[in-house]
Amino acid sequence: MSFPWANEYKPSHPAMVWLDEKLPLPRFVFNAVGAGYPVPRNLNYMYNFGVLAGVCLMIQIITGVVLAMHYAANTGVAFDSTEHIMRDVNWGWLLRYAHANGASAFFVVVYFHIFRGFFYGSYKAPREMIWLIGVLIFLLMMATAFMGYVLPWGQMSYWGAKVITGLFGAIPLVGEPIQTWLLGGFAPDQAALNRFFSLHFLLPFVILGVVILHIWALHIPGSTNPTGVEVKQESDTVPFHPYYTAKDGFGLGVFLIFYCAMVFFAPNALGHPDNYIPANPMQTPAHIVPEWYFWPFYAILRAFTQDFLFIPAKLLGVLAMFSSILVWFLLPWLDNSPVRSGHFRPTFKKFFWLLVVDVAVLGYCGGSPAEEPYVIISQIAALYYFAHFFIVLPIVSMIEKPLPLPFSITESVLGKDDAATVAPAE
Amino acid sequence: MTDTAVADNPAQSGPESGDGVRRRDFIYVAATSAAGVGAASVLIPLVSQMAPSADVLAESSTELDIGSIQPGQAIKAVFRKQPVFVRRLTPKEIAEAKAVPVDSLRDPQSLEDRTKKGKEEWLITMGVCTHLGCVPLGTGEGEVKGEFGGYFCPCHGSVYDTAARIRKGPAPKNLEVPPYEFTSDTVVKIG
Repeated sequence: MSFPWANEYKPSHPAMVWLDEKLPLPRFVFNAVGAGYPVPRNLNYMYNFGVLAGVCLMIQIITGVVLAMHYAANTGVAFDSTEHIMRDVNWGWLLRYAHANGASAFFVVVYFHIFRGFFYGSYKAPREMIWLIGVLIFLLMMATAFMGYVLPWGQMSYWGAKVITGLFGAIPLVGEPIQTWLLGGFAPDQAALNRFFSLHFLLPFVILGVVILHIWALHIPGSTNPTGVEVKQESDTVPFHPYYTAKDGFGLGVFLIFYCAMVFFAPNALGHPDNYIPANPMQTPAHIVPEWYFWPFYAILRAFTQDFLFIPAKLLGVLAMFSSILVWFLLPWLDNSPVRSGHFRPTFKKFFWLLVVDVAVLGYCGGSPAEEPYVIISQIAALYYFAHFFIVLPIVSMIEKPLPLPFSITESVLGKDDAATVAPAE
Repeated sequence: MTDTAVADNPAQSGPESGDGVRRRDFIYVAATSAAGVGAASVLIPLVSQMAPSADVLAESSTELDIGSIQPGQAIKAVFRKQPVFVRRLTPKEIAEAKAVPVDSLRDPQSLEDRTKKGKEEWLITMGVCTHLGCVPLGTGEGEVKGEFGGYFCPCHGSVYDTAARIRKGPAPKNLEVPPYEFTSDTVVKIG
């Protein structure tokens, strides 16, 4: 980020001066997340979730690498080695519960982060690339989480793997060969478990790399803010350190309270008891559900029960489920309102909250059995979901009359009194 | 040195540079093509290592003794690590399956299409729902068979009839009939 008033890195210690000449890593950190990065002064707590997502990624990588030292990716012993971690490995129960609940925490935080982006128009020019990279990170997270859930080789692991790879079988002609190729067999077995473990270990580091691109792209225009008005002058910003390191630190403390409460007092609340039964290819659990963070998408998958034209219902469901995320890639071009922030868009704001409720309803239906009334409710909710992006957003951005925007971030914070009318920096 | 410099780069200053194609262009295209084909061919082992390995394929046939199955009974066996249903139909079930007009079905097949000639009381199908791969109920004693008397998938409510044809629910196809043959009156080889 390069506002002209950004603090410059000035090492004083000779060793740091020496290092700065050879490898300016401290300078890089100073400019990225230190006092050299000016950030809008009015960020609220919704802007904490990016940092929290980074913390979750680190929790997952650290606990995951340690768990991999005790886990064996073999269908004969995978379940037993998971129980070995729970019962025999020193602190193994803590590491595994931290990892399993860490995945849920990661998704909670990322959903807040995504909906923050929806509300404040964070995806709009000049920040489209940040948004596109973010959607890619989310897709990678979903793949990683899915493969991680298969590793304990319980009933839900096995049948989840079977159902999700079965989605590829819906593709006409090449679907079944692709499914067999992905699994390395005709059903999930040793080959599938082993490759899922390999990829589950790899993908978090891919995510880490893409996160660096996400932050890099962010630092070109700088953060958006709750007013959606761009930074105009020095008084609109404060240095990231110490202001937002402190604010993020506080948010991290609050996050850790909830996270530790789950890990220590309700470690299985978000899990499924069936996954404590070893995988059995001969016996399907009565009610297969994915982890809660996939429920809205699972509901969309199951909402299609009728063939349409010559397309089978199963393929429609699969296409709709993938489209429900891929549509986010189009978002910067579907919402053409020049106003970013939902605060100044009265009509958009109502539909935004309707979308939040809609996704919550989809989530509830996705976690329920595939029977009435959940099927019809998820059909209506899925219909609204797509209508929101393809019909509501384009129309609202055309006809809506936004509220007047503040002149600057400073004015929105301090009002139009003397303190606010600081002369522009140039 | 001057000589080599000229010899290195005859095309740039040579008379044939005027027509736009230089000798060196051929080398560029040939070299990058060869490197490209080489790089692409590396993908072949990387992609095909994902396909089922020889030991997985070696397990792809199963022999079953079906002599003790009574009419109305069914067993669940394993073929390619997936359940396979072997069901001995009762005359009533055969009659029910035959009474359905084939054209009215989602995946039109007659009972004759799905069984061996002269052995139509033996219905051998994969126990894998064609929707998302769950194991349907209906083989075990007392399991729900669904309203068409065949199989019922509890995951998303697909209902199969006594010829294991899809009749209701989200599944697009009938339960798959694996390749099999009777090696004697009581032994069947699947795969």
